[in-house]
Amino acid sequence: MSMREKIEQAAAAYPDQRSAIMPALVIAQKEHGHLPGPVLEEVADILGVERIWVYELATFYTLFHTEPVGRFHLQLCDNVSCMLCGSEDLLTHLETVLKIKKGDTTADGLFTLSTVECLGACEMAPVMQVGDDYHGNLDVARLDALLDSLRAAAGRAAGIEHAPQPLPGG
Amino acid sequence: MFEPVLLKNVEVANGHLLSTYEAGGGYQALRKVLSEYTPDEVVELVKQSNLRGRGGAGFPTGMKWSFVPKGADKPKYLCCNADEGEPGTFKDRIIMERDPHQLIEALAVSGYAIGAETAYVYIRGEYVAAIRRLEQAIAEAHEKGYLGRSVLGTDFNFTVHIHCGAGAYICGEETAMLESLEGKRAQPRLKPPFPAVAGLYASPTVINNVETLACVPHIVTRGAAWFRGIGPDKSPGPKLYCVSGQVRKPGLYELPMGIPLKELVEEHAGGPLPGRKIKAVIPGGVSAPVIPEHALEVGMDFDSLSAAGSMLGSAGVIVVDDSTCMVKVATRIIEFFHHESCGKCTPCREGLNWVVKVLRRIEAGEGAPGDLEQLDMLCKGIFGNTFCALGDGAAMGLRAALKHFREEFVAHIEEGRCPFH
Ligand SMILES: Cc1cc2nc3c(=O)[nH]c(=O)nc-3n(C[C@H](O)[C@H](O)[C@H](O)COP(=O)(O)O)c2cc1C
Ligand code: SF4
Ligand code: FES
Repeated sequence: MSMREKIEQAAAAYPDQRSAIMPALVIAQKEHGHLPGPVLEEVADILGVERIWVYELATFYTLFHTEPVGRFHLQLCDNVSCMLCGSEDLLTHLETVLKIKKGDTTADGLFTLSTVECLGACEMAPVMQVGDDYHGNLDVARLDALLDSLRAAAGRAAGIEHAPQPLPGG
Repeated sequence: MFEPVLLKNVEVANGHLLSTYEAGGGYQALRKVLSEYTPDEVVELVKQSNLRGRGGAGFPTGMKWSFVPKGADKPKYLCCNADEGEPGTFKDRIIMERDPHQLIEALAVSGYAIGAETAYVYIRGEYVAAIRRLEQAIAEAHEKGYLGRSVLGTDFNFTVHIHCGAGAYICGEETAMLESLEGKRAQPRLKPPFPAVAGLYASPTVINNVETLACVPHIVTRGAAWFRGIGPDKSPGPKLYCVSGQVRKPGLYELPMGIPLKELVEEHAGGPLPGRKIKAVIPGGVSAPVIPEHALEVGMDFDSLSAAGSMLGSAGVIVVDDSTCMVKVATRIIEFFHHESCGKCTPCREGLNWVVKVLRRIEAGEGAPGDLEQLDMLCKGIFGNTFCALGDGAAMGLRAALKHFREEFVAHIEEGRCPFH
């Protein structure tokens, strides 16, 4: 399905197209990774709503990014329960091993590091969300293992993209 | 022995599948109301049960439903508040991930009661796993005729749509949720009109929390008297308590409403970590004023906690032990509210900004004499003067920390450092 078709399908759930802006932005962000101006305008055009309405939402809600983020967005919760269970040390560790400060993206574009408010999974504090997945009960060792597995996943994906074509005849 | 009902399927393998839910008696409540009850009778049953909303404020659910005007010409809507943004709270996520049909049946029964054909589940966008499970469950329920046109062969039509939030705590406030559903920035609306009269698209709308709704099918199958027989008279029923923080067994516990906080933390959740002592507990998410260790005998229900100067809120119980600096906890809580303030009203937007600056200074050892009086004054300026309860929650939380742990604030200022690190 094209982005337009997906958005039109989502919009069918509402009597008013304006309600479909948030779902449309979710779809557009999945498609493009982030939401630069031209994408916001395309969303407005597909839904036939004022562009300012789309801008308004894209800038109000923290899950929408108008700037690019790294391949893996590390969203570490540092709200109270996670803080009580050691998220501060994890942040320091991440900043050290990734050699970036929170809010930044590594030079290779692989990781963006953020802290976020409660992820609603405090029973497994400290928690970090990466993409769609939650990782809980984190400590430094688990965090390192997670980073390794993410790097490996990226390596595999990159390996496929850049895999040398087999030579004709063997 | 108390028998859990809300979490009955949660530990069961494949508890999220329709077949599992049906095998445990699922969708019998929907069958029962559609064949035996008029919508008004369902509302009456819920009134009889004394069910009070589990989303924070504890408003009687049956009464809320009865405010929906009869025979209005506009469509009615049911909105399920699954935004779950209150730090310390994770109960609704677990229901949706592990037993989504419990919520879907609840939505159908409640939709029938209030005369709605459409429900929106407003679920925070971070909850990807829960969203997928709910989507699957909605599709399964459609296939089996529990949703869609002519539910179970009757003339009741009912559809459930999922609407994903995008990371704003204020969307949990019911009128801000409606704004967000209408595709606007989530800022609270002036009440009245109340949503029951003019809510989503200016139509009559009921907004209920996931756990509140989840109680409804059980009230139908087991009866109002069963529900009223659990816990205190004025706020009865089974209750989900989310326990997290510095405690041995963090997790979600289903226990009667009104159990003593001390019993919940010390017995069910295993007590403090080895070698530690509990210093304080936040009983209902960070909006709920902190309770010092000596007062933990309080019952976990709306009225007992409010009499004790706190509140049940979302029942997000956060345990703090004696290794932790309360100034730091208070600062982190206010930072949260400051970050999440929607900006609509000045006392919250500006007041919290000021409070955060003072608190950060104190925690960093740069507090000045008079800072605590200034914080007291700021709380006074915020509390009762904000447009929605977010500002009140922040001010109440800080007031309690200043009251019960004043000596820690004073020590920071006098010693010019945080005594905890
Ligand atoms: C700032 C703020 C945040 C809130 N967040 C939530 C929430 O995440 N989930 C929820 O169910 N209710 C939340 N509420 C309470 C709702 O406004 C509303 O009272 C509740 O959803 C009603 O459902 P109930 O009657 O079933 O409890 C919040 C209220 C405020 C003021
Ligand atoms: S109290 Fe805060 S969150 Fe509520 S309306 Fe005012 S600024 Fe917005
Ligand atoms: S405080 Fe981190 S998940 Fe709730």
